[in-house]
Amino acid sequence: MSQIAPPRPAALWQAVASVLDPEVPVLTIEDLGILRDLHLDESGHVEVVITPTYSGCPAMDAITADVVEALAAVGCHDVSVRLVLAPAWTTDWISEVGRRKLQTYGIAPPSHRGDGPVPVALSVRCPQCGSADTRELSRFGSTACKSLWSCRSCLEPFDHFKAL
Amino acid sequence: MPTSTRHLATAPSNADVSRYALRLGDDALISAQRMGEWIAAAPQLEEDVALGNIALDLLGQARALLTYAGQLEGAGRDEDDLAYLRDERQFLNAQIFELGNGDFGFTVARLLVTSTYQHALYAGLRHSADSTLAAIAAKAVKEVDYHRDHATQWTLRLGDGTAESHRRMQQGVDDVWPYISELFESDALTTALAASGVAVDPNSLEEQVLVYVEQVLTEATLTRPEATVRHTGGRSGIHTEQFGYVLAEMQHLARSHPGAKW
Repeated sequence: MSQIAPPRPAALWQAVASVLDPEVPVLTIEDLGILRDLHLDESGHVEVVITPTYSGCPAMDAITADVVEALAAVGCHDVSVRLVLAPAWTTDWISEVGRRKLQTYGIAPPSHRGDGPVPVALSVRCPQCGSADTRELSRFGSTACKSLWSCRSCLEPFDHFKAL
Repeated sequence: MPTSTRHLATAPSNADVSRYALRLGDDALISAQRMGEWIAAAPQLEEDVALGNIALDLLGQARALLTYAGQLEGAGRDEDDLAYLRDERQFLNAQIFELGNGDFGFTVARLLVTSTYQHALYAGLRHSADSTLAAIAAKAVKEVDYHRDHATQWTLRLGDGTAESHRRMQQGVDDVWPYISELFESDALTTALAASGVAVDPNSLEEQVLVYVEQVLTEATLTRPEATVRHTGGRSGIHTEQFGYVLAEMQHLARSHPGAKW
């Protein structure tokens, strides 16, 4: 019987990093910056560390299940997923690739937050037509991480991933 | 002997930290429950979504705090046991969080006060000597920032709006005012935990919270009421008449169908 080599951490990382966020299914959990770490110990146990976007993010259970499933697909069955709160997630952790994917998907990406006490109200570009002539309809949108905007140029409503 | 006494005074017991986490968790949980009641009943569709989102943030904070309170207690109770299986007298939230939603003006006035309070609290608690509380606070403070901003915008809009919106916004502020001082009451628990760097002394938050709230009220052409009555008791399990109804709705399903899952 031939020995099956255990997958290397890089391959495991790739498997986990391709898990999609269930509420923004164009982004992977790596794009979003919520996949924080992966450890493989000598016994073959894999621990994946993730962090929620918002404290009440209802997608964490689904993401945990998807991570376990993604690792099972590459032959890892001894898996635990640990949720950490610190350091607190910020939209600054969304990768450049992630920002472009959001834009293409029709969600205006977040502005960089910086360290200021108050988020500066820069204009948000319409992801449909690119116009900067937009207005905020509601600070709270379809999920905890988005606000609802509308474009005065093309008159379409759109979601904005708000800076956190 | 004096040395060890000093040492003991600065080493918080798990029971104390658990009780502190339970207070903060109950504030967030009951607040989430009240905000959630607005879904499908708010003045606009966007507001249903906004208050629902705020409720979700608060629920997330409550889950983390109650889970931690349960772990420290060491009696095997998890977040669900603490939320669903305690009776009225065992809840430690301040009374302001449990008051009925009233009209939208009252809800906005209450949210202005409670979100300003939670913002100041969590900003301080980020530096707690307890790393779990610090982590929960560091996340929560960013979320509560949005809640405070939302309540501020509505207070300005309604206070400085029509005669009717001004009247009802002022009424909301007047009705909520007697419940504010309870948020800033220090007791033996908070004093001891603040001394050991774990808790934020509630008393230390009063000035900054009131400065912010009064600034918003002034800009909204509203008047700060005089506090003639100061209601208190929530931190030791004494609640208002309305609280039992909140628990009845929140706990009914879990108690009628123990262990139900979907």
